[in-house]
Amino acid sequence: MVSEASPYNTPLLSMQNINKAFAGIAALSSASLEVAAGEVHALIGQNGAGKSTMIKILTGYVSRDSGEINFDGAAFEARSPQDAQAKGISTIYQEINLVPFRSITENICLGRESRRYGFLNWNAMHDEARSLMGRFNINIDVRKPLYEFNTATQQMVAIARAIGFKAKLVIMDEPTSSLDEREVNVLFDVIRQLKQSGISVIFVSHKLDELYQVCDRVTIMRDGRTVKIADLKSISKIELVASMLGRDVAQVAKSATAFGNRKGKIGETVLEAKNLSAGHMVQDVSFSVKSGEIVGFAGLLGAGRTETARLVFGADAMRSGTMELDGQSLAPRHPIDAIDRGIGFSSEDRKLEGIIPDMSVAENLTLALMPQITKAGIVDEEKQRVIVEKFIARLGVKCSGPEQRIRELSGGNQQKVLLARWLAMNPKLVILDEPTRGIDVGAKAEIQSLIKELAEQGLGVLMISSELEEVIEGSDRVFVLREGKNVAEFVGKDINEAAVMAAMAHGSESETKLGNAS
Amino acid sequence: MSDVAPPHASTSIQFDVMKFVTRYSTLLALLALVLFNVIFTNHFVSIQTLNVNLTQVATIVIVGVGMTLVIATGGIDLSVGSLMAISGAIAPLIFLGTAVHIGEIHVAVAVGMIVAVLAAGAFGWFNGWLITRFHIQPIIATLVLFIAGRGIAQVSTNGNLQPFKLGEFQWIGLGRWFGVPVQVVIMIALVALAAWILKRSLFGRQILAIGGNERAARLAGVPVAKVKRWVYCISGLCSGIAGLVVIAINSSSDANLVGLGMELDAIAAVAVGGTLLSGGRATVTGTLIGALIIQLVRYTLLANGVPDDVAKLVKAALIIIAVWLQRHGKA
Repeated sequence: MVSEASPYNTPLLSMQNINKAFAGIAALSSASLEVAAGEVHALIGQNGAGKSTMIKILTGYVSRDSGEINFDGAAFEARSPQDAQAKGISTIYQEINLVPFRSITENICLGRESRRYGFLNWNAMHDEARSLMGRFNINIDVRKPLYEFNTATQQMVAIARAIGFKAKLVIMDEPTSSLDEREVNVLFDVIRQLKQSGISVIFVSHKLDELYQVCDRVTIMRDGRTVKIADLKSISKIELVASMLGRDVAQVAKSATAFGNRKGKIGETVLEAKNLSAGHMVQDVSFSVKSGEIVGFAGLLGAGRTETARLVFGADAMRSGTMELDGQSLAPRHPIDAIDRGIGFSSEDRKLEGIIPDMSVAENLTLALMPQITKAGIVDEEKQRVIVEKFIARLGVKCSGPEQRIRELSGGNQQKVLLARWLAMNPKLVILDEPTRGIDVGAKAEIQSLIKELAEQGLGVLMISSELEEVIEGSDRVFVLREGKNVAEFVGKDINEAAVMAAMAHGSESETKLGNAS
Repeated sequence: MSDVAPPHASTSIQFDVMKFVTRYSTLLALLALVLFNVIFTNHFVSIQTLNVNLTQVATIVIVGVGMTLVIATGGIDLSVGSLMAISGAIAPLIFLGTAVHIGEIHVAVAVGMIVAVLAAGAFGWFNGWLITRFHIQPIIATLVLFIAGRGIAQVSTNGNLQPFKLGEFQWIGLGRWFGVPVQVVIMIALVALAAWILKRSLFGRQILAIGGNERAARLAGVPVAKVKRWVYCISGLCSGIAGLVVIAINSSSDANLVGLGMELDAIAAVAVGGTLLSGGRATVTGTLIGALIIQLVRYTLLANGVPDDVAKLVKAALIIIAVWLQRHGKA
């Protein structure tokens, strides 16, 4: 779908037919983005949709393979983020990249200091900082170091710095992720002010409600393409979600995964979690998993799914809430506590939190099991070999042998080894965070049918996936999380795309049964 | 894609040579050095030369063994030299009867040595505790004892030099077993033990898992804090032993000098030996070879009339080459 006719005829920024491949894999294919002068433009999409690549190309972090960029009426080329900034495009990142121990003035003026007779002209710089902050109705002592102020103020400083560089376009990458509600409102006021003074904003966020509050138009990306450009006044949240996920709202789901028909009986409750909360991301989540059941967590990025799972596994500390495993209280302080109780956790980021790249397939596979096959401190290598060979055969891991380094395997085979790491422990419950992310279609189907098989043998599975079809077709029960709360629960035949998407978008308490959060 | 990713060696012969050279670079370098000396250095081929070199390298290797384990977890231990000074100060305090009086000299020596080594181990454990309990970077946490350790050693001896002449103790630095200097035997035993631990034991696997990917190791139930504390404790124990060897050779204990600069020598040996400084891949025998290379280069230069200061430059160059080879080995 291409843009509807819009009143934004004179674009400030126009990126057309942008292509970019990393190591032969396309990250962007003919992607486009247009922002009008004085417009607040939302840019949304799932993980890997290409938003950040698009922004990195615009700001000169990476170079494009092909495509055209026009900015402010002329062809635009940024060699580096500094270059982009000098040419009028400033970026404000999720993690604020300022210097915490220097004063606000220094942060705002860093890189373009006023000088007089070769010395810094502090008075002029303080005045400038004060007047820039004053534009946002913020009166603070600009001589104080930045770290003394809260996140919202720091963000204002970052924005002031951007304006100080005479930015015509300010890119904000998830600016609200670390702000509370009041601070968000202050930020939105600032954005509206920027708009009034003719500065354009590209606003990247996963919180759909925010887009409606502050943005004019939205560009939706998926799989490296621009799939929809729309006026926010004329598009519903559910349409946004559908476009992001690549589903037609009315489309009837066809089987696209390898879960197929489920056999086997669902048994007793294995895990019961009530009113979990932790940090910003988990506010109040309650759910349960039964033996032989695949429970799916659906939700947008930042809904708190991974964070909730990490609480169950003891990887992060819980603020409040209770958990029971097999009817007995579960309060793991470290992963090892959860492992001892029979829980396995396969992280969403294989590279960062899964594999030990320089170790062999055998060692990676038995990493969690190793204490059990150790006698007097020495690993029983014979036992290890038997177990490793069994799982390599059972899961169909393609490797040159147990001694091959795991980093040499493909993503799918690495994932199988990581699954085997937990299966070898004979667990009661496994948590699979994005079990098929970043692996090819064939291996994906194998892993999906393996998950199903495991559940049929009586294992409780908690599966987090951003692929809607995986959650919908694979799960016996789906909990929808939204902004740190479980907002809906669907069982069996009630699980369908339209309902799950509606809950992801609205929380829709009215349409769907609320989970046992009450 | 679902197939095994192709091994990254291409068929080109050049690449294979490169791979071979990187893999065995340290051993090849050592052999080349020996060969050079056999040809050019007078009186090189003798038991005496061998013993001199091994004796001089022993303390570096003993400390290097602990350092290798620490670096394998992705850490570093700057306190080793100071811990040697502590151990070197405590042992004479006991066997000379300054602190406590034990009549029987053999008992006094035994108690002195054991207490000294255990004290160094306890300080090492303290390093690990600082690092794991407060999440302080190892380089900062061990800097604490790098600075304070020598102070502790000096305070405990009131800053006095402790001279002694005591065969019951000095065998550890001057004695021989079957013609081999005792500290060389200790060195070889420690290298063999550590290499075996690293390869065969649960503890060794956990060390490498932590160095290879700490977050993944934690999520797989590896007791990260416990393993790290033990590793720093072992580094302390090794330093303690090395401290005893040094004072035995010197016939005196000077808290100002024992183990001075040892941290850098040990780290250099580990680096030249081919252990990955970022952790996850470690070789204790490599550290032995690395220390031998550094020692032999210095010996070669001195034996051929090159001043010690120049030898230091060569040592630095060796480290650069080692790091360069590591980079290429990874690519």
